[in-house]
Amino acid sequence: MSKCYHCGDDCNITAIVFDDKNFCCNGCKTVYEIFQSNDLTYYYDLQSGAGTTPLAIEGKYDFLTSNTIAERLIEFDDGTVQIVNLFIPDIHCSSCIWVLENLKKLHPGITNSQVDFPKKTVRVTFKGELVSLKELVILLARIGYEPYISLEDYDKGKSKIDRSLLYKLGIAGFAFGNIMFLSFPEYFEVGGFWLDQYKGLFRWLMFAFSLPVVFYAGSDYLISAYKGLRSGLLNIDVPIALGILVLFTRSSFEIFFDLGSGFFDSLTGLIFFLLVGRFFQQKTYSFLSFERDYKSYFPIAVTRLGKKKKEETVQIYAIKSGDRLLIRNEELIPVDGILLTEKAHIDYSFVTGESEPVEKISGDKVFAGGRQCNGAIEIETLKSVSQSYLTQLWSNSVFQKDKSTAFQTLTDSIGKRFTIAVLTIAIIAASFWMFQDSSKVLNVFTAVLIIACPCAIALAAPFTLGNMLRIYGRKKFYLKDSSVIEQLALIDTAIFDKTGTITTTQSSSISYEGMELSVEEESLLKNTLRASNHPLSRSLYALLKEHNIETLDDYKEYTGKGVQGVKDKSDVKVGSADFVGHQQLSDYNSTSVHVSTNDSYKGCFVFHNNYREGVSEVFKEMGRHMDLAVISGDNTGEKTRLEKLLPKLTPLYFNQKPTDKLEFISELQANDKKVLMVGDGLNDAGALAQSNVGLAISENINVFSPACDGILDATKFKYLNNYILASKKAMKIIKLCFVLSLMYNVVGLYFAVTGQLEPVIAAILMPLSSISIVAFATLATNVIGKKLK
Amino acid sequence: MSVIYLLLTISIVVALVFFAAFIISVRSGQYDDSYTPSVRMLFEDEVVKNTTIEPNTKIKKSTQLNKKQKL
Repeated sequence: MSKCYHCGDDCNITAIVFDDKNFCCNGCKTVYEIFQSNDLTYYYDLQSGAGTTPLAIEGKYDFLTSNTIAERLIEFDDGTVQIVNLFIPDIHCSSCIWVLENLKKLHPGITNSQVDFPKKTVRVTFKGELVSLKELVILLARIGYEPYISLEDYDKGKSKIDRSLLYKLGIAGFAFGNIMFLSFPEYFEVGGFWLDQYKGLFRWLMFAFSLPVVFYAGSDYLISAYKGLRSGLLNIDVPIALGILVLFTRSSFEIFFDLGSGFFDSLTGLIFFLLVGRFFQQKTYSFLSFERDYKSYFPIAVTRLGKKKKEETVQIYAIKSGDRLLIRNEELIPVDGILLTEKAHIDYSFVTGESEPVEKISGDKVFAGGRQCNGAIEIETLKSVSQSYLTQLWSNSVFQKDKSTAFQTLTDSIGKRFTIAVLTIAIIAASFWMFQDSSKVLNVFTAVLIIACPCAIALAAPFTLGNMLRIYGRKKFYLKDSSVIEQLALIDTAIFDKTGTITTTQSSSISYEGMELSVEEESLLKNTLRASNHPLSRSLYALLKEHNIETLDDYKEYTGKGVQGVKDKSDVKVGSADFVGHQQLSDYNSTSVHVSTNDSYKGCFVFHNNYREGVSEVFKEMGRHMDLAVISGDNTGEKTRLEKLLPKLTPLYFNQKPTDKLEFISELQANDKKVLMVGDGLNDAGALAQSNVGLAISENINVFSPACDGILDATKFKYLNNYILASKKAMKIIKLCFVLSLMYNVVGLYFAVTGQLEPVIAAILMPLSSISIVAFATLATNVIGKKLK
Repeated sequence: MSVIYLLLTISIVVALVFFAAFIISVRSGQYDDSYTPSVRMLFEDEVVKNTTIEPNTKIKKSTQLNKKQKL
């Protein structure tokens, strides 16, 4: 089978040949034509089959003509030139970068465009008179790069990028290098005439260099320690801040009174290494967002039908209850409402993870968050956006809490004991010298605090966890930040959502129950289904064996009921139980399609959720070291199948509302459980936020997932237990690092307590311990990473 | 030996120049996206529009290397 020249998908029998190339659909062909006529075919040379099929967009972006909405999206506007930053989830390869940066070839109104690949955004500079924002967006959509514009873009102000860490790192590195260079002559105490002559100058220069390091680059540590002390916490920043302050005051003191060269080299080195650790830990997946709420799913505006059916674009927040809205094909329903059109197929996969569209008929309630997938519908709203069933969830206080601040990391809990130990040693040593040689008391006391500064301890966690985060990322397991790894290692209870989490949305399996169909009947059935566009018909059609294409004598589609086909005097009815004339058993909960031929009932096709590969194994392995449960918003239809699949006695909860899930988790936490929640849809958002670690399973990383602590690619679900075990190993590495760094501290303390601490010893010991810890942590985590699948 | 003052001044001035260059480059956003420029530089230079020859057949051979490169 030939591959589509544009998107690389398999072309079906219906391949369109154009310019000696195969295309799978007209959309792809059109994009090719656009590229070809604008001299952009280099796109296909960079990478073959790179394109994306453009979707129908008619009317979708009408809201961009509204000035108030466009103004919020445009970043810069001086009347003639405008700049807009658009998020395009489809950016995935070098061809994408190339074609998007050559947008100016497609329209004279576009002056410049620049892609940020990691963030999947394109910043377009265009002339407002020649091309409007709407035209620009439609142009992008037509070439297969449809921008994603959501309510979130409308709400957020102009975001500022925080680059302070880079500045701090730059300053610390700069000062560290220069101070090393200036303090070098004094390390060897060669004591020559020239050295003595310039010593003062060198020292004052070092002092000057150290000022911005202590008061700007190191300010975070001082502030954090101060905050910690005020709230009665001895975090790891307390001994660090103590070390920094003691180093700085003693060194300044030595210089002022010409007693020695001070420890400026160690001081700046310490802060530089700490900042490097912080920088390394700060691995972010900028194309993923872990903070999403319903706003990133919802559109900015919808079409309201005013008096006399006049269509007008209205901002989502301006919708009042009682408004009539027009929801086009593939549009999201933004508020709860009542369906006015005869029927609708609503896909709630955003909300529940269930991919099979639900059929609704006129008068039914439809809930916000569903996607209409069968033509345009009209609804009458019942509530405003923020009061809808789904969006109400976000008024729960759990969404205001910041999880990471409440969690005490291993490093911080060590910090307390460490600070107490160091202060005790310093006081004992000082009081010992009080009796021996009182001139050395202050020297020894400060030396202990300097040498015991837990630089290596503070570096162990950032490097171990930072590297782990990268390893996980390569395995398609994306975590929000490194503290999630620590939390993951402590998990003792895991709760799974069912639909979309342990079941796959990609395919459902169908089983047939009833009398066997003859070959003729099956052929007739298949030919009848061919004509139907109902999603269940499509799935069933794909499952049935190949039969010759025959023309039906008669074909009728009964909306909301089923289809009927007639051929050579035999007829077949497919659809709901009532439609085919069958009394449905009341306890039957699964989705099923019934079949009858010549008015005699044959049987039904039952649609089952397909469970992900390795679900039983994951449950079995995880069940060994933690409690498990499945919590689902669905009915009990799948109960028996789940019980067979999962280890015996795994608790299963059905018919759980989003808030029930949240409360379930918080109850467990009240019993001192550390809970891992694995979910996927927006209805899990509350539970994901409440749990200690909330993981979202995603079939496609670029598609949106709810706010969570980590996103796991669905294909890696079977390795979930391995990832949890790896996090435990990572914590062991950190503990080993602590032991290693304490050994360095013991050596250093020997010099400090005996009053022999020279600047050169501190200058050697500090980087040596830091670098060996960093090397050990990186190597050990890489070993773990190698074993990980 | 006052030349040492001169040397010292020069060395610090040179260091400061590089430091300033770093600050300016951070400020202008050069470190915000450290990936895309690495791809951008591999693109072929624009072939000046030539009406008679199909440009894509010309480029094809030279880009064989990049072609397979999946990102």
